[in-house]
Amino acid sequence: MEIQVDMVQDSIGQMCPMPIAFMAKNVKKLEAGQVLEIRADDEGAHADIPAWCEQTGNGFLGEEPAEGYFRYYVRKKVE
Amino acid sequence: MAEDNNRAAIVVFSGEMDKVFAALIIATGCAAAGMDTVLFFTFWGLNAIKKGTPIKAQSFLGKMMGIMNRGGINRLNTSRFSFGGIGRVLFSKMMRDKKVASLEELLQMAIDLDVHLLACKMSMDVLEISRDDLIPEVEGVVGVASFVKEAANSKIQLFI
Repeated sequence: MEIQVDMVQDSIGQMCPMPIAFMAKNVKKLEAGQVLEIRADDEGAHADIPAWCEQTGNGFLGEEPAEGYFRYYVRKKVE
Repeated sequence: MAEDNNRAAIVVFSGEMDKVFAALIIATGCAAAGMDTVLFFTFWGLNAIKKGTPIKAQSFLGKMMGIMNRGGINRLNTSRFSFGGIGRVLFSKMMRDKKVASLEELLQMAIDLDVHLLACKMSMDVLEISRDDLIPEVEGVVGVASFVKEAANSKIQLFI
Protein backbone atom coordinates (compact mmCIF):
# COMPACT_ATOMS: atom_id res chain seq x y z
CA MET A 1 0.00 0.00 0.00
CA GLU A 2 1.45 3.36 -1.05
CA ILE A 3 0.57 5.65 1.82
CA GLN A 4 2.51 8.62 3.15
CA VAL A 5 2.72 8.06 6.91
CA ASP A 6 3.24 10.97 9.30
CA MET A 7 3.41 9.08 12.61
CA VAL A 8 3.82 5.46 13.66
CA GLN A 9 2.25 3.95 16.78
CA ASP A 10 3.61 0.68 18.11
CA SER A 11 0.78 -1.12 19.89
CA ILE A 12 2.17 -4.62 19.45
CA GLY A 13 1.48 -6.59 22.62
CA GLN A 14 -1.11 -4.12 23.89
CA MET A 15 -4.63 -5.16 24.75
CA CYS A 16 -7.97 -3.37 24.75
CA PRO A 17 -8.39 -0.45 25.32
CA MET A 18 -4.80 0.69 25.02
CA PRO A 19 -4.36 0.62 21.19
CA ILE A 20 -7.52 2.74 20.86
CA ALA A 21 -6.60 5.06 23.73
CA PHE A 22 -3.13 5.74 22.28
CA MET A 23 -4.62 6.12 18.80
CA ALA A 24 -6.97 8.82 20.10
CA LYS A 25 -4.07 10.62 21.80
CA ASN A 26 -1.87 10.41 18.71
CA VAL A 27 -4.53 11.50 16.22
CA LYS A 28 -5.09 14.54 18.43
CA LYS A 29 -1.43 15.49 17.91
CA LEU A 30 -1.65 15.24 14.10
CA GLU A 31 -2.70 17.99 11.68
CA ALA A 32 -5.87 17.46 9.68
CA GLY A 33 -5.21 15.18 6.72
CA GLN A 34 -2.11 13.56 8.22
CA VAL A 35 -1.87 9.79 8.52
CA LEU A 36 -1.17 7.62 11.56
CA GLU A 37 0.09 4.08 11.13
CA ILE A 38 -0.83 1.74 13.98
CA ARG A 39 0.93 -1.58 14.42
CA ALA A 40 -1.13 -3.96 16.52
CA ASP A 41 -1.52 -7.69 17.03
CA ASP A 42 -4.64 -7.67 19.22
CA GLU A 43 -7.61 -9.31 17.52
CA GLY A 44 -9.95 -6.87 19.24
CA ALA A 45 -8.09 -3.92 17.72
CA HIS A 46 -8.72 -5.38 14.25
CA ALA A 47 -12.42 -4.62 14.64
CA ASP A 48 -11.99 -1.65 16.96
CA ILE A 49 -9.77 0.58 14.81
CA PRO A 50 -12.26 0.81 11.88
CA ALA A 51 -15.13 1.13 14.40
CA TRP A 52 -13.36 4.02 16.13
CA CYS A 53 -12.82 5.74 12.77
CA GLU A 54 -16.50 5.37 11.86
CA GLN A 55 -17.56 6.71 15.26
CA THR A 56 -15.21 9.70 15.22
CA GLY A 57 -15.38 10.54 11.51
CA ASN A 58 -11.68 9.95 10.89
CA GLY A 59 -10.71 8.12 7.73
CA PHE A 60 -9.81 4.43 7.82
CA LEU A 61 -7.51 3.94 4.85
CA GLY A 62 -7.02 0.20 5.27
CA GLU A 63 -4.87 -2.47 6.77
CA GLU A 64 -2.10 -4.76 5.65
CA PRO A 65 -0.71 -7.86 7.29
CA ALA A 66 2.89 -7.89 8.46
CA GLU A 67 4.80 -10.58 10.33
CA GLY A 68 2.66 -11.45 13.32
CA TYR A 69 0.80 -8.16 13.35
CA PHE A 70 -1.20 -5.75 11.19
CA ARG A 71 -0.53 -2.20 10.04
CA TYR A 72 -3.59 0.03 10.10
CA TYR A 73 -3.74 3.44 8.45
CA VAL A 74 -5.88 6.25 9.82
CA ARG A 75 -6.22 9.72 8.27
CA LYS A 76 -7.16 12.56 10.61
CA LYS A 77 -10.40 14.22 9.53
CA VAL A 78 -10.59 17.81 8.32
CA GLU A 79 -12.91 19.64 10.73
CA MET B 1 -14.04 19.41 22.20
CA ALA B 2 -17.21 17.35 22.40
CA GLU B 3 -20.27 18.71 20.69
CA ASP B 4 -23.52 18.70 22.61
CA ASN B 5 -25.04 15.28 23.12
CA ASN B 6 -21.67 13.64 22.52
CA ARG B 7 -21.31 12.75 26.17
CA ALA B 8 -21.10 9.72 28.43
CA ALA B 9 -22.07 9.57 32.10
CA ILE B 10 -21.10 6.52 34.13
CA VAL B 11 -21.94 5.82 37.76
CA VAL B 12 -19.36 3.67 39.51
CA PHE B 13 -21.21 2.27 42.51
CA SER B 14 -19.23 -0.96 42.85
CA GLY B 15 -15.83 -1.08 44.43
CA GLU B 16 -14.79 -4.45 43.09
CA MET B 17 -11.73 -4.75 40.92
CA ASP B 18 -13.48 -6.38 37.96
CA LYS B 19 -16.39 -3.93 37.89
CA VAL B 20 -14.15 -0.88 38.23
CA PHE B 21 -12.06 -2.40 35.46
CA ALA B 22 -15.11 -2.54 33.18
CA ALA B 23 -16.06 1.04 34.08
CA LEU B 24 -12.56 2.34 33.31
CA ILE B 25 -12.33 0.50 30.00
CA ILE B 26 -15.69 1.88 28.84
CA ALA B 27 -14.80 5.38 30.05
CA THR B 28 -11.46 5.23 28.22
CA GLY B 29 -13.20 4.02 25.07
CA CYS B 30 -15.78 6.82 25.24
CA ALA B 31 -13.12 9.46 25.80
CA ALA B 32 -11.01 8.04 22.97
CA ALA B 33 -14.04 8.39 20.69
CA GLY B 34 -14.13 12.09 21.52
CA MET B 35 -16.98 11.93 24.00
CA ASP B 36 -16.98 14.21 27.01
CA THR B 37 -16.93 11.51 29.68
CA VAL B 38 -17.78 11.74 33.36
CA LEU B 39 -17.31 9.05 36.01
CA PHE B 40 -19.40 9.50 39.15
CA PHE B 41 -17.97 7.52 42.01
CA THR B 42 -20.38 6.70 44.78
CA PHE B 43 -20.46 4.38 47.77
CA TRP B 44 -18.11 1.40 47.31
CA GLY B 45 -16.94 2.91 44.04
CA LEU B 46 -15.22 5.65 46.04
CA ASN B 47 -12.57 3.06 46.94
CA ALA B 48 -11.26 3.34 43.39
CA ILE B 49 -10.40 7.02 43.83
CA LYS B 50 -9.22 6.90 47.43
CA LYS B 51 -5.54 7.45 48.03
CA GLY B 52 -5.46 4.22 50.03
CA THR B 53 -4.06 5.89 53.12
CA PRO B 54 -6.05 5.49 56.35
CA ILE B 55 -8.92 7.98 56.41
CA LYS B 56 -9.34 10.54 59.17
CA ALA B 57 -12.83 9.54 60.32
CA GLN B 58 -14.45 11.04 63.40
CA SER B 59 -16.91 8.48 64.76
CA PHE B 60 -16.08 4.99 66.03
CA LEU B 61 -18.04 3.35 63.21
CA GLY B 62 -16.44 5.64 60.66
CA LYS B 63 -12.98 4.67 61.89
CA MET B 64 -13.84 0.95 61.80
CA MET B 65 -15.22 1.39 58.29
CA GLY B 66 -12.03 3.17 57.28
CA ILE B 67 -9.99 0.21 58.43
CA MET B 68 -12.20 -2.52 56.95
CA ASN B 69 -12.84 -0.57 53.75
CA ARG B 70 -9.51 1.12 53.22
CA GLY B 71 -9.63 1.37 49.44
CA GLY B 72 -7.08 2.60 46.93
CA ILE B 73 -7.14 1.43 43.32
CA ASN B 74 -4.63 -1.35 44.02
CA ARG B 75 -6.53 -2.70 47.00
CA LEU B 76 -9.84 -3.58 45.29
CA ASN B 77 -10.96 -7.18 45.57
CA THR B 78 -12.62 -9.23 42.86
CA SER B 79 -16.41 -9.73 42.95
CA ARG B 80 -16.00 -13.51 42.64
CA PHE B 81 -13.26 -15.86 43.85
CA SER B 82 -11.92 -13.17 46.11
CA PHE B 83 -10.70 -15.57 48.83
CA GLY B 84 -10.00 -12.70 51.20
CA GLY B 85 -7.74 -10.85 48.79
CA ILE B 86 -5.91 -13.75 47.16
CA GLY B 87 -8.19 -13.45 44.13
CA ARG B 88 -6.92 -9.95 43.51
CA VAL B 89 -3.33 -11.16 43.39
CA LEU B 90 -4.19 -14.06 41.10
CA PHE B 91 -6.26 -11.94 38.71
CA SER B 92 -3.57 -9.25 38.63
CA LYS B 93 -1.05 -11.89 37.66
CA MET B 94 -3.34 -13.29 34.95
CA MET B 95 -3.89 -9.79 33.59
CA ARG B 96 -0.18 -9.03 33.63
CA ASP B 97 0.59 -12.32 31.86
CA LYS B 98 -1.87 -11.37 29.11
CA LYS B 99 -0.36 -7.86 28.96
CA VAL B 100 -3.66 -6.25 29.95
CA ALA B 101 -3.19 -2.83 31.53
CA SER B 102 -3.50 -2.66 35.30
CA LEU B 103 -6.28 -0.70 36.99
CA GLU B 104 -3.77 1.98 37.93
CA GLU B 105 -2.58 2.35 34.32
CA LEU B 106 -6.18 2.46 33.09
CA LEU B 107 -7.12 5.14 35.58
CA GLN B 108 -4.09 7.18 34.50
CA MET B 109 -5.04 6.71 30.85
CA ALA B 110 -8.59 7.85 31.61
CA ILE B 111 -7.20 10.95 33.33
CA ASP B 112 -4.86 11.62 30.37
CA LEU B 113 -7.84 11.43 28.01
CA ASP B 114 -9.64 14.07 30.11
CA VAL B 115 -12.23 11.77 31.68
CA HIS B 116 -13.77 13.80 34.52
CA LEU B 117 -13.76 12.17 37.95
CA LEU B 118 -16.48 13.25 40.36
CA ALA B 119 -17.24 11.98 43.85
CA CYS B 120 -20.64 11.71 45.55
CA LYS B 121 -20.89 13.99 48.56
CA MET B 122 -23.55 12.03 50.42
CA SER B 123 -21.75 8.70 50.42
CA MET B 124 -18.54 10.48 51.38
CA ASP B 125 -20.38 11.89 54.40
CA VAL B 126 -21.79 8.48 55.37
CA LEU B 127 -18.41 6.76 55.09
CA GLU B 128 -16.64 9.80 56.63
CA ILE B 129 -14.36 10.23 53.66
CA SER B 130 -12.99 13.74 53.19
CA ARG B 131 -11.73 15.39 50.01
CA ASP B 132 -8.17 14.88 51.24
CA ASP B 133 -8.70 11.11 51.30
CA LEU B 134 -9.31 11.15 47.53
CA ILE B 135 -6.69 11.38 44.80
CA PRO B 136 -6.05 14.97 43.63
CA GLU B 137 -7.33 14.25 40.09
CA VAL B 138 -10.90 14.15 41.40
CA GLU B 139 -12.44 17.32 39.96
CA GLY B 140 -15.28 17.81 42.34
CA VAL B 141 -17.54 16.58 45.09
CA VAL B 142 -21.11 16.67 43.84
CA GLY B 143 -24.70 15.56 44.41
CA VAL B 144 -27.30 13.74 42.38
CA ALA B 145 -28.39 16.84 40.46
CA SER B 146 -24.95 17.08 38.87
CA PHE B 147 -25.26 13.52 37.66
CA VAL B 148 -28.79 14.05 36.34
CA LYS B 149 -27.69 17.15 34.44
CA GLU B 150 -24.80 15.26 32.90
CA ALA B 151 -26.80 12.08 32.21
CA ALA B 152 -29.68 13.99 30.61
CA ASN B 153 -27.22 15.34 28.03
CA SER B 154 -25.44 12.03 27.48
CA LYS B 155 -25.88 9.41 24.79
CA ILE B 156 -24.46 6.77 27.08
CA GLN B 157 -25.51 6.36 30.70
CA LEU B 158 -24.32 3.41 32.72
CA PHE B 159 -24.55 2.23 36.30
CA ILE B 160 -21.80 -0.14 37.27
